[in-house]
Amino acid sequence: MSALLPAMGLLLSAAMLVAALMAVRGRRSLPISILAAGLVSLLASVQFLLLAAPDVAMTEAAIGSGLTTFLFFFILARVRHD
Amino acid sequence: MIRRATVLLLLLGLGGVFSALLFGYTPDDELNRTAAYYAGQTVRDTGAANIVTAIIVTYRGLDTLGEVTVLFLSAAIVGLVLAHGARAGGARRRPIPPGELLETGSRLLTPLILLLGVHIFVNGHLTPGGGFQGGAILASATLLLLLANPMRRFSHRLIRLLESLSGLLFVLIGLLGLLLAGGFLDNRILPLGTLGELTSAGAIPLIYSLIGLKVGAEFSSMLAALAETQEP
Repeated sequence: MSALLPAMGLLLSAAMLVAALMAVRGRRSLPISILAAGLVSLLASVQFLLLAAPDVAMTEAAIGSGLTTFLFFFILARVRHD
Repeated sequence: MIRRATVLLLLLGLGGVFSALLFGYTPDDELNRTAAYYAGQTVRDTGAANIVTAIIVTYRGLDTLGEVTVLFLSAAIVGLVLAHGARAGGARRRPIPPGELLETGSRLLTPLILLLGVHIFVNGHLTPGGGFQGGAILASATLLLLLANPMRRFSHRLIRLLESLSGLLFVLIGLLGLLLAGGFLDNRILPLGTLGELTSAGAIPLIYSLIGLKVGAEFSSMLAALAETQEP
C-alpha cells in the first residue's frame, strides 16, 4: 500500500504532463485542446484525492474540469458562429 | 532564438525552485498546534463531522463572507461590463444548432446535476464538499442548458432575488450568532444535535446551503450575462 500511492501519483503526473502537452501543442483541433485541458484538471483532482484532500478535489473537479471546460465549449461555439 | 532561450531559462528556474521545495520537504510526524486544536476540538465545539467545513463556516466564517463578497463583486463587474455590449447589437443571428444528442442529454442530466449540487451543499457538514462546490455544480447545470440552447433566457429577477436573499440571510444568521451565541457566525444558535445526522452541527447546514445558493446564483448570473451579450 505504501509503495502503491507514490507510484499512482507518478503515473498520474506523467498523464497530466501528456495531457498538458496535448492541450498546448494541439494546433489542429481546438475541441481536443479544451478536452485535454479539462483532463489535466480531472487528473489533478484525482491527485488531491490521493493526498487525502477530498474537499479540494471536489472543488477542482467541479470548477476546473467541469465549469471551465463547459465554458470554453460555450465560448468556442460563439466564436465559430462569427 | 533569444526568446526561446529566455523561455527555457525561465522554465529551468521554475523547475529549480519547485525541485528545491520538493527535496526539502519532510512530512511532519505530528499535527502542528493549530491543526491539533481543530482535530481535537471541532466535534465538541461545532458538532460537524467534516472538519474542513467547520473551519470554513464557523472558525473562519468571516473569511468565507469575504470570499462570497469578492465573488459577488466579480459577478457584478462582469454584468456591468457585458451590459454595454448587450445593447449595442442589432438583429441576432441564429447560432449553430447544438445537435440532438446534447439537447436530449441536457434534458435528462440537468435535474440530476441540480440534485447533486443541492445534495453536496446540504450535506456539507457531513461529507466532503459544501457551498462553493455545490454552487459551482448548480451553475454547471445552467451552463449545460445554455450549451444545449444558446437562445435560452433565464429570469434575472429570480437569480437576483435568490442571490440577495441568501446573502442577506447569511449575514443575519451571523448577526444572530453575535446575539445568541459566542460571536459572529457562531453556529451554536441552533442545537448541535448528534454527530453525523443531517440536522446536526447547529447552523452550519443552513449557512452552507445559503452559500451554495448564493454561489450558484452568482455564477449563473455571470453565465447568463455572457450568453445575452451580442457581438459588437
